[in-house]
Amino acid sequence: MTRATEILGYARPDGRKGIRNVVAVAYLVECAQHVAREIAYPFRSRGVHLIGFGGCYPNEYADRMMRQLCTHPNVGGVLLVSLGCESFDRQGLAQAIRDSGRPVETLVIQQTGGTRKTVELGRAWVESTLAALDATPRRPMSIDELVIGTVCGGSDATSGLTANPAVGRAFDLLVAERATAIFEETGELIGCEHIMAARASNPALADLLVAAVEKAAHYYTVLGHGSFAPGNADGGLTTQEEKSMGAYSKSGSSRISGLIKPGDVPAAGGLYLLDVVPDGEVRFGFPNINDIAEIAELIACGSHLILFPTGRGSVVGSAISPVIKVCANPETYRRMSEDMDLNAGRVLEGAATLDAVGREIFDLVVATAQGRQTASESLGHQEFVLTYKSFEPIGQACLPVPA
Amino acid sequence: MNDERLLLLSPSDNVLVAIHAIEAGSLLTIGGQAIQVAERIPLGFKVAARDISTGEKIFKHGAPIGSATCDISAGSTVHVHNMKSDYLPTYKPEVHTRHDSRD
Repeated sequence: MTRATEILGYARPDGRKGIRNVVAVAYLVECAQHVAREIAYPFRSRGVHLIGFGGCYPNEYADRMMRQLCTHPNVGGVLLVSLGCESFDRQGLAQAIRDSGRPVETLVIQQTGGTRKTVELGRAWVESTLAALDATPRRPMSIDELVIGTVCGGSDATSGLTANPAVGRAFDLLVAERATAIFEETGELIGCEHIMAARASNPALADLLVAAVEKAAHYYTVLGHGSFAPGNADGGLTTQEEKSMGAYSKSGSSRISGLIKPGDVPAAGGLYLLDVVPDGEVRFGFPNINDIAEIAELIACGSHLILFPTGRGSVVGSAISPVIKVCANPETYRRMSEDMDLNAGRVLEGAATLDAVGREIFDLVVATAQGRQTASESLGHQEFVLTYKSFEPIGQACLPVPA
Repeated sequence: MNDERLLLLSPSDNVLVAIHAIEAGSLLTIGGQAIQVAERIPLGFKVAARDISTGEKIFKHGAPIGSATCDISAGSTVHVHNMKSDYLPTYKPEVHTRHDSRD
């Protein structure tokens, strides 16, 4: 008998399981993006996604992000598209993918003979890899094997009243089932650092959580403004602290198990804060240039899917992992319902409780893991962006050992 | 007693949140007093639950979210024109020309 919660994951050689079986076409410099996009485009409704790094000059963070993304459990195979003269370590990346047991091919445009030749070769490889991936073994996957990230975008004053706390309720249910839940954006926790630190699993972690938010506050002070867009004020939010309190409610009420940085995959279930603000002196500009960059970092930490509350109405999805959009504002939902998976705005109209919406989100997580298409997936959204950043490796105190 | 269109998120808050858009000229009940609304209050915006003095902390969700930059009378909208962050300056939309509606 099939239980309502049974998930059949795509079994990967490293023991992890995916909820999608994506072929990633990855450009290794902006100059190769057009060719990579042309290769992927005819297959866009067959689970072939475009990712990549635009920079020509080396960046350890981007290198690690690409390795983690290309060996993500939702990815079945990878085609690397290089121009040829960029500095990205394409051999190292290809080797990491090969070592993970996935099919990988590298096309170097300058060696294959230009755009048309590379597009032809790339499409042929994708076609044969898609056929081969049909044979990927499926294995039962339990909720405690799921990694779920959350980031909010296009926030307004309803976000902190409905969708964000409802995601928090869903996180509590997921953490209770020993799933891994990741919240992030330390710059959007400015003002709630001490409330948050009181939930740390140990005093050392509490200090690190406060320090991570202080680092963000310093970083944003140097840059001149916080993670606060004009639309936030148009939507009734006045200050960074106010936006933070709303954003913070996505984390729910569980104990916080650890602090991670982009690319760190938690070894055990629990609730984790992802520190997305770079370490060291302010370099490379704004920490996260948009919501898409944060989604990519959550996916690099192993997220199988993303919970995305929005009040103003964001339409984004993502490459690699499905995005579930929870609409906070009932007026926005009426305008943009096709782009939304759930209307948490019903809470404001007395039509649902936060607990009920939290349960609906939990059920939607399971259904999406079972293969249900999200609104953004069915509309073809596969956004992706990766920028320059720099991080110091996380200390041992931040990552709990498996229970 | 407060109007049912306004939500008190935490007992220690000095602002209320509009859970429906409230038209200009409407009468609102705040702390048992009837107050006429000068300007339209869009969904999700904040309204002073009582008179607030310059420099006083604004509390929402039971947490300080900034300080009043002028005296604010009960029933007035509380936003970028009369409060500020205690952490980082808000990137104010009025310094830009924004053509979209505020609905």
